[in-house]
Amino acid sequence: MLTFYQRLYPFKSIYKWLNHENAPTRLFTHREFAFTLAGDVYLRYNSFSSAEELKKQVCHLNPTRFEIGPVYSARPRDKKTIRSGAFSPQLRELVFDIDMTDYDPVRTCCSEADICKKCWGFISAAVHVLDSALRDEYGYQKLLWVYSGRRGIHLWISDREAMALTDQERKALVGWLTVIHGGKETDKKLNIRNNAGKLPPSLQAALNHLRTVFGELILSSQNCFGSQEGYGELLKAIPDSRIVETLRTKWEANPSRTSEEKWTDLHKSLASHRNLNIMEDIIIQYTYPRLDAEVSKHRNHLLKAPFCVHPKTGRVCVPLDLESINKFDPESVPTLGQLLQELDTIGMSMDKEQTREAHSDWEKTSLKPYIDIMEKHSNALMDEVRREKRKADTSW
Amino acid sequence: MFKGGKITQGDQNIPQVANHGLLKYPFRLNFYDEPPLFDVTIEEFETCALDRLRILAEIESSAARNRSWEETKAVTSAQCSKYLPLSPTLSKFADRDGERKRDHLSHFVLRLAFCRSEDLRRRFVKAESTLFKTRYDDDISGERENFLNSRNFNWILVDQEEHTKFSTELIAAYQGPKGETDRVSERYYKVKWTRVPDLVEKRKVFLKGGWAYVPHREQSSIVFQEFEAHLEKALEMTARLLPRLDEDTRLVPILNNLSQGSLAGISSEWANASGSTNGAEIRAEMVDNLAKKHFPLCMRTLHDSLQRDNHLKHFGRLQYGLFLKVLGLSIEEAIAFWRKSFSRMTDDKFNKEYKYNIRHSYGLEGKRANYAAKSCLQLLTPGSSSDHGCPYRTYSPENLQSTLLSSYSYLGLGSADLPEIMATVKAGHYHVACTRVFELTHASSGVSRGQGIGEGESVTHPNQYAAKSMELQKAKENAMEVE
Ligand SMILES: [Zn+2]
Repeated sequence: MLTFYQRLYPFKSIYKWLNHENAPTRLFTHREFAFTLAGDVYLRYNSFSSAEELKKQVCHLNPTRFEIGPVYSARPRDKKTIRSGAFSPQLRELVFDIDMTDYDPVRTCCSEADICKKCWGFISAAVHVLDSALRDEYGYQKLLWVYSGRRGIHLWISDREAMALTDQERKALVGWLTVIHGGKETDKKLNIRNNAGKLPPSLQAALNHLRTVFGELILSSQNCFGSQEGYGELLKAIPDSRIVETLRTKWEANPSRTSEEKWTDLHKSLASHRNLNIMEDIIIQYTYPRLDAEVSKHRNHLLKAPFCVHPKTGRVCVPLDLESINKFDPESVPTLGQLLQELDTIGMSMDKEQTREAHSDWEKTSLKPYIDIMEKHSNALMDEVRREKRKADTSW
Repeated sequence: MFKGGKITQGDQNIPQVANHGLLKYPFRLNFYDEPPLFDVTIEEFETCALDRLRILAEIESSAARNRSWEETKAVTSAQCSKYLPLSPTLSKFADRDGERKRDHLSHFVLRLAFCRSEDLRRRFVKAESTLFKTRYDDDISGERENFLNSRNFNWILVDQEEHTKFSTELIAAYQGPKGETDRVSERYYKVKWTRVPDLVEKRKVFLKGGWAYVPHREQSSIVFQEFEAHLEKALEMTARLLPRLDEDTRLVPILNNLSQGSLAGISSEWANASGSTNGAEIRAEMVDNLAKKHFPLCMRTLHDSLQRDNHLKHFGRLQYGLFLKVLGLSIEEAIAFWRKSFSRMTDDKFNKEYKYNIRHSYGLEGKRANYAAKSCLQLLTPGSSSDHGCPYRTYSPENLQSTLLSSYSYLGLGSADLPEIMATVKAGHYHVACTRVFELTHASSGVSRGQGIGEGESVTHPNQYAAKSMELQKAKENAMEVE
């Protein structure tokens, strides 16, 4: 792990991303870092004055992972010496966490900690819906999606307005984005329509996308309604008991009917009752993003830093391009072991060339495309801040 | 604060000018932007603050009892007309300026009293904003409109072009009452979404690029949010300036009284005074008083630590909760009581983590069992620790003696009684010690040594102790009435 931190971890990009500028600001110096050391030792309230200092400490402690917290009103490392009233979280990226385990009630391929390319489809749909909602409805632009290293994805939003949100505002925003309230025993009926039976515009937009992935994801790939248990869940969402009974009888008699066929059956019976809203609600129920709300609601919630190594899988938590998320395969992510091997190989070739330049080691590994994404994102963020500063200067 | 104005001792003597239509306070509603800059007497300072406090106390109590908005509003309006009436501008014969001046002054006095800690500030903002909402709802619509026009709320009226452009979305986002859905003609105001978080949370607005399109019928949300944000900021500012005010030695004790007696204190005082204690019903506000007069030491210590820490650990909660249930607290009152006791907890946390357990202990959740309160025998079983269980057994001798004195000395238990009690405790006869304490603390009701809780019976259940004590008190009161 030490070699990884010394030669591969992109401290500079992370610094730029958190700090928004080249010269250190409070965004970095007042920022909390928390380290998890081997043996589950947890060190909170660390802070650093520069990327170099952070790197030095990380290499010194060699943590299994580290997390990023909020920007406080004072340096977190001075916390003990200041009165508690003067130490409070001020700014923090708006963060989201989508975890595959919340999809256990609707996925059939894996369960709990496992994830495969098939169930990534749920994540991909969620990313699409969230990304466009946050850009279109809230006007945020600086979104960074990061694979969590195992079974989920994180989103970090660095727009100034997003960073300044209070806990109360974050809670409201999460409420806006929450449709499915977690847990297995949840009520199947969604209460999302107004009195005229219309979906609010935000959910209508989500539905317009989800409807395009539903067939492939839920009907073919997951075959959600194939088993008796699976279609049982589906029938729970239908209020009309006559329809439920007719369909149940039909499907029990033909256990081989596929999910697609069952969906068509349902469509036919509902169409004759002119109640297609139910089908829309079911699409939303099965595919709408399921958020871990607690992560997003509080500024002081810590979240694993990008490029940390997941202790169980060995995979690096890499940032992802929005466009490539639907093709992403979690198993393709470089692992610590693989990267160290790559380093050894370069090491040998480099010894021959006699040019050792530790800073660009990652350039020659499979981590490169991901660090490029991070760099591009950080630079765009810095450009924006610079532009705004210039605008503020000239306006005087 | 109050700069330019003086606090005078004695009567004030400002000639009142009749000003028809030319009011100093043109509106009934007030955002309290300007501090009062007039002279007031110290009596006026205190009485109008107490009057406002009574209203706020009732508002807090409404929240603790989960009253609906309509109920809360009715109760608050009633309190307002009793203590701080505000007549509409059009009622020419009311002393509108006088009323509004008291409202203005009392608000600022309480700001001083409640700005001192984050907890007090939070409670004050919550109660004040409910008061404001009540008055806003009660206001005559023309007058309210005038008030709204008098301030800059920084909302942008959505123009026809934009309205047409988003008409589908606006209709779909509209959450009006049934049958009132197709409101294309509704006026819309555009504000940054962070100014209407409550509407956003419930998806009651259309959002685009960070702007919330707020329909006219939800306009009040913007106003209320603005009121709260404004008051929060003002309170923090006041807190920073407060040390300077401490120079006025006449004010400090009054302010301390106001905030320490705090909202809850006034409320229970008021509840007793209004005579709602007749009948068997026990209200949440009465528990504190009952605990001090009638509870055995085990429940008394639980009560005291709950009031001191605003928290109790699981077993203590369970034990005390069941005791209160048997004592006669209805489920509503129990929820109100625990809500108020856990004052540092957010509503969210309370509702999620505690309400269920309370309802569960009343047999309203889970397996719906009718749980009985714990008897002395159960409290004495090994495994109980010093934060629950029987204090005669779990407390160290020193601790037990000082707790006995601090809990019961005003009921007649003196330090001369301690050796006897401690001797019984040492011998392991905890219930005998408890019974002896009962006798000593009820001597004024005519209980003498050996009588126990009646006919020589000794204490076997905390509820038996409390019930007997309350019975004695009632008998005493009836006897006095007969005389
Ligand atoms: Zn899978």
